[in-house]
Amino acid sequence: MSIILNNISKKFGNFSALNNINLEIPEGELVALLGPSGCGKTTLLRIIAGLERPDSGQVLLKGEDKTHKDIRERGIGFVFQHYALFRHMTVFENIAFGLRVKPRKQRPNETEIKKKVHALLELVQLDWLHDRYPDQLSGGQRQRIALARALAVEPEVLLLDEPFGALDASVRKDLRQWLRHLHENLNVTSIFVTHDQEEAMEVASRVVVFNHGNLEQQGSPSEIYDNPVNEFVSRFIGDTNVITLEKHHTDWLQLSGLVIVPEAANSVHIRPHDLEITKSSSDSAATATLKDWQHLGALIRIELAKQGANGSPETLYAEMPNEQFKRLQLSKGDKVALRIRHAHWFDAA
Amino acid sequence: MVNKTNILPAFKPALGFTLLYLGLVVLIPLSTLLFKTLAPDSLLTWQGYINIISNERVQAAFKVSFLAALLAAAIALVLGFVIAWTLVRYTIPAKRFFDAIIDLPFALPTAVAGIVLASIYAPNGLLGKPLTELGFKVAFTPAGIVIALIFIGLPFVVRTIEPVLQELDTSMEEAASSMGASRWQIFQRIIFPNVFPAALTGFAMAFARGVGEYGSVIFIAGNMPYISEIVPLLIITKLEQYDYAGATALALTMLLVSFALLLTINVVQMLLRRRTSETLAPIVAVTP
Repeated sequence: MSIILNNISKKFGNFSALNNINLEIPEGELVALLGPSGCGKTTLLRIIAGLERPDSGQVLLKGEDKTHKDIRERGIGFVFQHYALFRHMTVFENIAFGLRVKPRKQRPNETEIKKKVHALLELVQLDWLHDRYPDQLSGGQRQRIALARALAVEPEVLLLDEPFGALDASVRKDLRQWLRHLHENLNVTSIFVTHDQEEAMEVASRVVVFNHGNLEQQGSPSEIYDNPVNEFVSRFIGDTNVITLEKHHTDWLQLSGLVIVPEAANSVHIRPHDLEITKSSSDSAATATLKDWQHLGALIRIELAKQGANGSPETLYAEMPNEQFKRLQLSKGDKVALRIRHAHWFDAA
Repeated sequence: MVNKTNILPAFKPALGFTLLYLGLVVLIPLSTLLFKTLAPDSLLTWQGYINIISNERVQAAFKVSFLAALLAAAIALVLGFVIAWTLVRYTIPAKRFFDAIIDLPFALPTAVAGIVLASIYAPNGLLGKPLTELGFKVAFTPAGIVIALIFIGLPFVVRTIEPVLQELDTSMEEAASSMGASRWQIFQRIIFPNVFPAALTGFAMAFARGVGEYGSVIFIAGNMPYISEIVPLLIITKLEQYDYAGATALALTMLLVSFALLLTINVVQMLLRRRTSETLAPIVAVTP
């Protein structure tokens, strides 16, 4: 089901949690709401769910205005960060809950409930845990049960609030993949909230970036990574070298092969993999000193020192494949020439 | 049980201390009652005991005592739940003030409470007058006893339910409503089962206190034999008449009935706890 948000605003006291959010989510997408903590992403998710009411604006689900409808009437499934499993019920009863509370006429009979719950348990690959209590499960198992429970009522939208936030790194990694495959199979419109940009890029088909209650940018992961619209998005998604523009730098940047275009821009962001390093051959090139490097698996992260504006050293980071770095045969303290392949210009007011 | 490698220090002194004081404060006084009654030179014979207990006035008093305590505990349970709910879930003005006055019945001398309640509910009292006009007579009837016992029992219920409600994760309720549960279904299936063990404890404490309550009841009860006379009053009356055997017989019976009721409640709680979460099955955690 498609979701349209029109001019959503929400204040908590004097704190403005969301400012005029407009967002359209087509059917079947897996969308990440991404941003640092306190940026309003969870509030927006709760507004879509109907757990919070916006101060102004509309929530349209499938073209219908549901702004003032209760969460019960929205046909959504909600998965909470801390699972919110019913601790006094077994796993089976947790999943059956949504079926058991249906009005008598729509309520399936006991055999149908049994069949459905076991089918869901098989979907999350945890059928063997059906008679356990939530206290007896690991975090990853609990989150999968919470997901099965939300799916039991066949929601048209699945909302997940920091679904992997409380899990170990390795479990989180597995669950991300699993969620993406699950979404491919079920194809139910899903929105999840995260503050982890890596997670958003890996799982979502569309990423929406928030900061201080504003929607900064939305698009596919590669659009957002390759063309950040402002300084915040560029800094938040992936690593970047930030150079504030001053006279001294301009020369250096031109030497490194960058054509300075925009008039208004006063800062330039360079991704570490867009910095090319060669052995310094002439003095005419932009140079820096190799300070140190770290192995990041397939990539090497190189720490470079360059003369700053007032003679103080500045640190730049570059990344290149392991093999390529070996071929350069560099050692600490070497002078290297830099070439900037690509950069983003921003007006950091 | 006595683990030599127990990580907590001072197991033995702590256990000794606990047993010593339980013995001195609780067990010895109560068992004295039992042994005095059962001693060969006891004033009380089995036949005498039966005679005292089967006395109609005594039976009426037992009925009044236990029924009033049960009813009052049940009403205190409902009221106490609502009060605890209000204090935990809503932001209301002067919350701390209300929170503080809940404990007042703990601190107030019970006789003072009794006199105040009696004067308010008396036929010419602040609340008694309109109630009398409506046809309800509260003071000097069993209803008065129930009111006094609600007053005494309420803080027990509020104070046992409050922490459990505070700890109750509201996202469970949000999850339930996202799955289509109505407010009543949420209460019935989510809130109630989670609060029930604590509510039962509060109920048991209010009841136990109510059965033994003396000071606040005698002023408002009217103490009419067969109608509004409670067992503790009968015991005092018998003592004043130097009828030690009679007093002992009543006291022993009360002790046994109260103990049986509290034991039942505890067993129910134990069964409940076993049903939820703390099963003996091993915890198997595998990576998902």
